[in-house]
Amino acid sequence: MTHKKPTKNLTYPFGKHHRSEIPSRSGKTLDNIEVDNVLAGTVSPDDLAIQRATLEAQAQVATEAGYTEVAENLLRAAEMTNIPDDEILDMYEALRPGRSTYYQLLSLSQWISSQFDAELTGNYIREAADAYRDTGLLKMDDG
Amino acid sequence: MTQRSKRFAKRAERGINKESYIHELPELGLCVMNSPSDPKPSIKLKDGVIVEMDGRSFDEFDGIDRFIAKYAIDIEQSETSMAQDSQSIARLFVDINVPQKNVRRVLSGCTPAKIVDVMQHLNVVEMMMALQKMRQRLKPANQCHVTNWKENPALLAADAAEAGLRGFAEAETTVRVARYAPFSALALMVGAQVGRPGTLTQISVEEALNLKLAMKGLSSYAETLSVYGTIPSFVDGDDTPWSKGVLASAYASRGVKSRFTTGSGSEALMGHGQGCSMLYLEVRCLLMVKGAGSQGVQNGSISCIALPESLPGGVLGVLAENLIAASLGLEVASGNDALASHSDIRKTAKLMLQFLPGTDFITSGYSLIPKKDNLFGGGNFDGEDLDDWLVLQRDMRVDAGLLPVREDETVAHRRKAALAMQAVFKDLGFPEITDEEVEAAAIAYTSDDMPDRDVVADLAAADDFLNSDLTAINVVKALSEAGFDDVADSVLEMQRQRVLGDYLQTSAIFDEEFNVLSAVNTPNNYQGPGTGFRVEGELWDKIQNLPQVIDPRSLVADEKADAKLTLTPKGEPQAGDENEVVIAVGPAFATSSDETLAKLSHTDVLKAIIAGIESEGANWKVVKAFTSADLAAIGLSGAKVSGSGIGIGLQSKGTALIHKSNLAPLNNLELLSQAPNLTLESYQALGRNAACYAKRKPPHPVPVKIDNTARLRLIVQTTLLHSREVNKIDEDRGLVEMAVSFQ
Repeated sequence: MTHKKPTKNLTYPFGKHHRSEIPSRSGKTLDNIEVDNVLAGTVSPDDLAIQRATLEAQAQVATEAGYTEVAENLLRAAEMTNIPDDEILDMYEALRPGRSTYYQLLSLSQWISSQFDAELTGNYIREAADAYRDTGLLKMDDG
Repeated sequence: MTQRSKRFAKRAERGINKESYIHELPELGLCVMNSPSDPKPSIKLKDGVIVEMDGRSFDEFDGIDRFIAKYAIDIEQSETSMAQDSQSIARLFVDINVPQKNVRRVLSGCTPAKIVDVMQHLNVVEMMMALQKMRQRLKPANQCHVTNWKENPALLAADAAEAGLRGFAEAETTVRVARYAPFSALALMVGAQVGRPGTLTQISVEEALNLKLAMKGLSSYAETLSVYGTIPSFVDGDDTPWSKGVLASAYASRGVKSRFTTGSGSEALMGHGQGCSMLYLEVRCLLMVKGAGSQGVQNGSISCIALPESLPGGVLGVLAENLIAASLGLEVASGNDALASHSDIRKTAKLMLQFLPGTDFITSGYSLIPKKDNLFGGGNFDGEDLDDWLVLQRDMRVDAGLLPVREDETVAHRRKAALAMQAVFKDLGFPEITDEEVEAAAIAYTSDDMPDRDVVADLAAADDFLNSDLTAINVVKALSEAGFDDVADSVLEMQRQRVLGDYLQTSAIFDEEFNVLSAVNTPNNYQGPGTGFRVEGELWDKIQNLPQVIDPRSLVADEKADAKLTLTPKGEPQAGDENEVVIAVGPAFATSSDETLAKLSHTDVLKAIIAGIESEGANWKVVKAFTSADLAAIGLSGAKVSGSGIGIGLQSKGTALIHKSNLAPLNNLELLSQAPNLTLESYQALGRNAACYAKRKPPHPVPVKIDNTARLRLIVQTTLLHSREVNKIDEDRGLVEMAVSFQ
């Protein structure tokens, strides 16, 4: 499916200034997601999910407001819109202490990065792998 | 041992002495600030990377140091900030000419030890002033806790509705039985939207379940992401900075707001304080939160609050935590949630440190319900204390996140929420919520007032709900089909807001029209008097207009004469014999007022005085002193026209004295100053004593009730009754003898 992308340089809050322009993950805009549509059975969870470009635009807002780290988080979140719920829960589990070996984390990093077009998230996992290796947070049995 | 003082023994029983107080023991992390093991501030950079921080080289970094050095410290700012004298940084916090942004920029380059060092230079008032400036959102708000022991969904929805109506921006629930979580999250969400559209809701359960419920659309924010200041504590909590960081991104990727949880004392409590001060470890936590890119944090010791409170400077240290979090640009939900003291004085005093400057959420969870229904372990402030909170806001012209409500509108909202839950349960095929439950929920005090539910059936249905494809969309449909169109629309709007992501920005909440209020579009711009958030206009009207407030004009206007007593003017008083006592009454007596502050009729009071005088065989006459409302002046003017030189002064409100013609006005023979405490026996004894003075016999003690709260309770009525007396002063009429006739 071809997603409609939000236009650049959106004014915050988007709900006030761009409400009818922001597509959800399915591509629908909010004016097509009314109670009547719900009653007609034409609203799916993807219609109510945020899409990558919107989170990227929110990251831009955070950066401009001086919240650099929030912006970086929102950029990782933007990538994660591509990652299914179960994969996210698995990724979280793998990053818990003592759950993964160094190489397991490196391969997770590569897989997330390539499979979901999620380079920042992949980097974050790789940085975790290095830190876990240096500070004793890896799985101990094999290596 | 010396003999036990009864006063010391009594004090020993007080709540304040049920608490533990200890000296510092830094080895165990029992030290608020300034442990000998706290590192000294330092930083070294090489090729744009931090290679030494607070005395530790890169090779010695633990996972937390690594995380902070990588993600939380602004490298470009750090050398400047670290070179700046800590006291001069501290001064920026309280300098109204320095905007918040500048302080944040300086702090963004500081290491944990440097931030602690800066805090050492601020006293409690300076920290409060600083917090007023550093809070991220312009308008303060509040978060509440809503739970009940029986986990009854109708009651939970009704309480959530009340929470919304009362103005809480966020409502949090948790569970006693984890499997109830899907129902509790659902009830909280639906109820809160009934109370006030735009109220954010969350459920505090295990991380994976939490995320799952959020993904289903049943909660709109999360704050379960706990971090700790030492790695062993982290590992005990089964997380690392990176695993928590991924969760923060995961919530945002689903359009769900989240903040972290930290708070001093947790590491010491877990046995992993590593000899460091609580504040130093807390700053490490806060820098992790910032580094993970979370928009905010709940801190202020939270559930460990009693531990810092056992130590010297503990409450100050907790305020420092809140201040540091805000100064790092984080949304702050500032504790005051877990039970912190047996002493109401101590609890309230501590609260003021956040209540007065204002934080993004004054409490991390005001317990909306009575203490016994609180599943968070008992709230610091409960449902019983709501009116106290509202009065404090009115007293100090402060918005601490609550608005007054009327009883009828509250019950109506509670009933509607319970009915909405009944409809949703019916439509989704969950075990029935009966009409009896709905009615009980509307007016319940605690869950004891609720009928029991079939817990086995509920839990089985909750399991099925969790594992089904049902989401908030099905809830919207159920609400709309049952005729709750407005609630359906609000629940749907909560979902639509996820598509926009506006409320992922720092310190975001919604108003009742779903306008987002965050630090981005409504930043705190405090820079001294005339700036920042002010309680004014409509908001100030709302805060002062408590339902129990009465219109004083109604009391002033309510003039009435005593129907059973007629005083007829006879002209200027004629001197009587030396057995005479003159009763001088105030200008309003019996004609514009009819009873005293003790609710005694003027008829009865006058009869009692006369009976007392006559019991000693003296004569009496009544004069009205139109010249003054002052008791001494009234009494003295009576004494001056008395054959014996003895006069009784009696104000309309009931205060009375015995005066003598040759005494100075403010000197007198006997004074009954506490009108609310006087009985007819008191007045009779006063009359008798006046007669004794006239006949040169020794007087008797006058019986008076002791009620120290009388002035407190009746000061407004006293003021108003007295104003009526003053209004009736008529100098031209002077002193007039009155013929008395009782009906």
